[in-house]
Amino acid sequence: MSAVLPHPIDHGHDHDHDHDHSHGHPTGWRRWVFATNHKDIGTLYLLFAFTMFLVGGTLALLIRLELFQPGLQFFNPELFNQFTTMHGLIMVFGAIMPAFVGFANWMIPMQIGAADMAFARMNNLSFWLLIPAALMLVGSFFLPGGAPAAGWTLYAPLTLQMGPSMDGGIFAMHLMGASSIMGSINIIVTILNMRAPGMTLMKMPMFVWTWLITAYLLIAVMPVLAGAITMTLTDRHFHTSFFNPAGGGDPVMYQHVFWFFGHPEVYIMILPAFGIVSQVVPAFARKRLFGYTSMVYATSSIAILSFIVWAHHMYTTGMPVTGQLFFMYATMLISVPTGVKVFNWLATMWRGSMTFEAPMLWAVGFIFVFTMGGFTGLICSMAPIDIQLQDTYYVVAHFHYVLVAGSLFGMFSGYYYWAPKWTGVMYSETRGKFHFWSSLIFFNITFFPMHFLGLAGMPRRVADYPMQFADFNAVASIGALGFGLTQVYFLLFVVVPAMRGKGEPAPQRPWEGAEGLEWEVPSPAPWHTYETPPKLDRTATKVIG
Amino acid sequence: MQLALARQEGSNYVTTMMTIRKLGYGATRAALAVSAFATTGVALAFGDKSVTDLPGGPRANGLDFQPAVTEVADQIKMLHYGMLIVCTAIFVIVFGFMFYSIVKHRKSVGHKAANFHESTAVEIAWTVVPFIIVILMGAFATRTVVAMKDTTGADLTIKATGYQWKWGYDYVKGEGEGLAFISTLDTAQRNLSEEGKPAGNDYLLKVDNPLVVPVNKKVRIITTADDVIHSWSVPAFGVKQDAIPGFVRDTWFLANKVGTYYGMCSELCGKEHAFMPIRVDVLSAADYTAWVDKQKKALAAAADDPKKVWDIAPLEARGEKVYLANCAVCHKPDGKGAGPVKPLDASPVVNDKDPNAQILTVLHGRVPQGMPAWQGKLSETDIAAAITYTKNSWSNHTGQLVQPADVVADEAK
Repeated sequence: MSAVLPHPIDHGHDHDHDHDHSHGHPTGWRRWVFATNHKDIGTLYLLFAFTMFLVGGTLALLIRLELFQPGLQFFNPELFNQFTTMHGLIMVFGAIMPAFVGFANWMIPMQIGAADMAFARMNNLSFWLLIPAALMLVGSFFLPGGAPAAGWTLYAPLTLQMGPSMDGGIFAMHLMGASSIMGSINIIVTILNMRAPGMTLMKMPMFVWTWLITAYLLIAVMPVLAGAITMTLTDRHFHTSFFNPAGGGDPVMYQHVFWFFGHPEVYIMILPAFGIVSQVVPAFARKRLFGYTSMVYATSSIAILSFIVWAHHMYTTGMPVTGQLFFMYATMLISVPTGVKVFNWLATMWRGSMTFEAPMLWAVGFIFVFTMGGFTGLICSMAPIDIQLQDTYYVVAHFHYVLVAGSLFGMFSGYYYWAPKWTGVMYSETRGKFHFWSSLIFFNITFFPMHFLGLAGMPRRVADYPMQFADFNAVASIGALGFGLTQVYFLLFVVVPAMRGKGEPAPQRPWEGAEGLEWEVPSPAPWHTYETPPKLDRTATKVIG
Repeated sequence: MQLALARQEGSNYVTTMMTIRKLGYGATRAALAVSAFATTGVALAFGDKSVTDLPGGPRANGLDFQPAVTEVADQIKMLHYGMLIVCTAIFVIVFGFMFYSIVKHRKSVGHKAANFHESTAVEIAWTVVPFIIVILMGAFATRTVVAMKDTTGADLTIKATGYQWKWGYDYVKGEGEGLAFISTLDTAQRNLSEEGKPAGNDYLLKVDNPLVVPVNKKVRIITTADDVIHSWSVPAFGVKQDAIPGFVRDTWFLANKVGTYYGMCSELCGKEHAFMPIRVDVLSAADYTAWVDKQKKALAAAADDPKKVWDIAPLEARGEKVYLANCAVCHKPDGKGAGPVKPLDASPVVNDKDPNAQILTVLHGRVPQGMPAWQGKLSETDIAAAITYTKNSWSNHTGQLVQPADVVADEAK
């Protein structure tokens, strides 16, 4: 902390000057490479995540291209497996997680009335670690033997058969894990230490709350993943036998360790989206969030329960009957706090005075489609049904409903909600609506038929399939192309104009019902916000001096 | 911005059309048109009418589980229907409220925001009621979970071993004890896939040697694997059990209908994961007994004496069959390999005067490069035959003959 505390005081000296340029903060490329400003780092995170989103999306389209028809038309099965593996790894570790850290960087200091993140230089490092990690991960396609092809879950002992790219992938994930842990420590310290006076914990905006909980989850589980992949690495090169059955190792142990990370990871990817939606819905319903306290408790319960449900990913490994029953009941329980959140959002909308600008559309779309993913999750939680559906396309449908329609739609909602504050210009409402409706429709065309494929018995991660599955696969591929093009539209017609500053100037508070400290500063937000702690009103949503 | 929106929403007729319009009428219409066009186009262009349901396997454009032929699969189906009903009911209620609210509680119809933001009673209710619902769901499923794990009292026990990329079946206990064979995807099917010309109702599901079991008998399947994790799955039986190297797991089924049933490997196991189907033939008791007798006789006749000394012609002929069934998937029928797979044609190892390097490679594989170990999967005679074939095919003319005894000698190394 001591290294950081002088920072706002320094700026205090020359507060009267034009402080955008008076401190000699770096310009040009130095501004980004040496960035310590939370807004710049937030921008870097978001741009990085969107780039990786496009890379992962391209891989998804290549997968759908091969699956458009039965038979191998374009890729050999080995390359296909590389595509599915890299699509998963890139989307999870390269796109969703960094994007939420980007949102956190931009919004948390502004929302709690802080000058910046607590550890500005560590913030810089945690972003720039992602670049070598991403290069190593994506570059593995060009190594002998190609990219890792063991699935994003990297199950042993298949990982032990992979070529050198597996080691690159493992190192990349170590770096990303280190980056996430640093980011999380930064977020926790910022939230706990740097809130403006009067911003008590139970007055914090929901986005800050969900990120606080997410950050603790990250610190708890990223080392577990690092452990699992490090053991894989030593099995591969140093003749250990943690998971290698040839030396007495236990491949199922890998799965236990992996999913002890992997299940909380699922909530790491969705809780910040819950936070965004919890802010957008009240703003456009012009009504306070219903059940703020229960929202906080529900989020915490989800986080805690997420640690005791991991083995529901492993029903088919052959657990004892008591184990199956325990994990089945525990998994079903998670739907209770998740349900509470959905009910709270609906109660916030209920008897509100709603308008449906793009952020609200995405938020309502999120609630609708995420809940469908929740229902299939409930169906999968039931062990006997799950055994039928394990490793089929039903599971693929389920987790894309919660991760695309959940996390991604939540982020789009957040983008349209906060981008006017970031860029100082309004987006085009028509384009935002087109982006939403096109995404929603193509998303469902892509992933809804996958439920049927899974029920009918089509396994996932296959490069070719029996003829009976042909039509739904063709429909899904067309939907995927539409969904992908829609995101390119978003880039070209929404993001690029915003970055060039094209559009109507955004007012300080573009949304009539929006509350919170981010709307107490001009749009675009000045280079430094809240250099001295603001004085807050009783609800901690307004600055009074 | 706000003004523009308010103007747009200022009109006062409240109809469904209006709702759609507010939510972006133009965009909706365009997207709907595109999607309808796309879906129809797909159905017209690719709906291959010659493909029909495969009895015991997937149904054409199936929307539901495959028809159940075991009690467990039936229970799973019923549980799923129950869940669908419950979820649909919750869906209708919850989203009924949401869409009512979206239509009625909007600013454009002049609705003023209420001021409530908590209600302990309501919040407790919507915590407790879902809690009860999920516990009831769990209670209904418990019986099936317990039943699925009860592998005791089996009439027939079969070990299913996953290999990259085939299944090995050993009849361990019960009628047919001692039978053992390997079950592989029909080679022609793999070629159809490679050529991108899939055809037939049992495309990718046709195997050379199906697992054969009797009807109305409890069959216990013990799974294990030789290399990586595989998963033995037959949807019609409600069975899916991972096959884990170094460990044994078990599951069971009792098929109540004679027929042919299909499944596919359900755990990513490498390159040919999509090409290791499972086929189970369920026979009547009499047919099963007849099948066992026939197999036992064939087994006795085919038993190879690894000490037998072969002439080159019959060994090459046998080697060709072994090669095409096991090696040609990667090394290709013309021995040229593909991509990272080494060619055998003109290979210095294959053409070497000393055959031991090749024998050892075949026995132990080159696992990191993708070549599996064949020791124990093929008999010594088969390995000797395949090597002899490669040494005397395509541009390889060594004239060398590898005897089963050579393989036996190298196995000891």
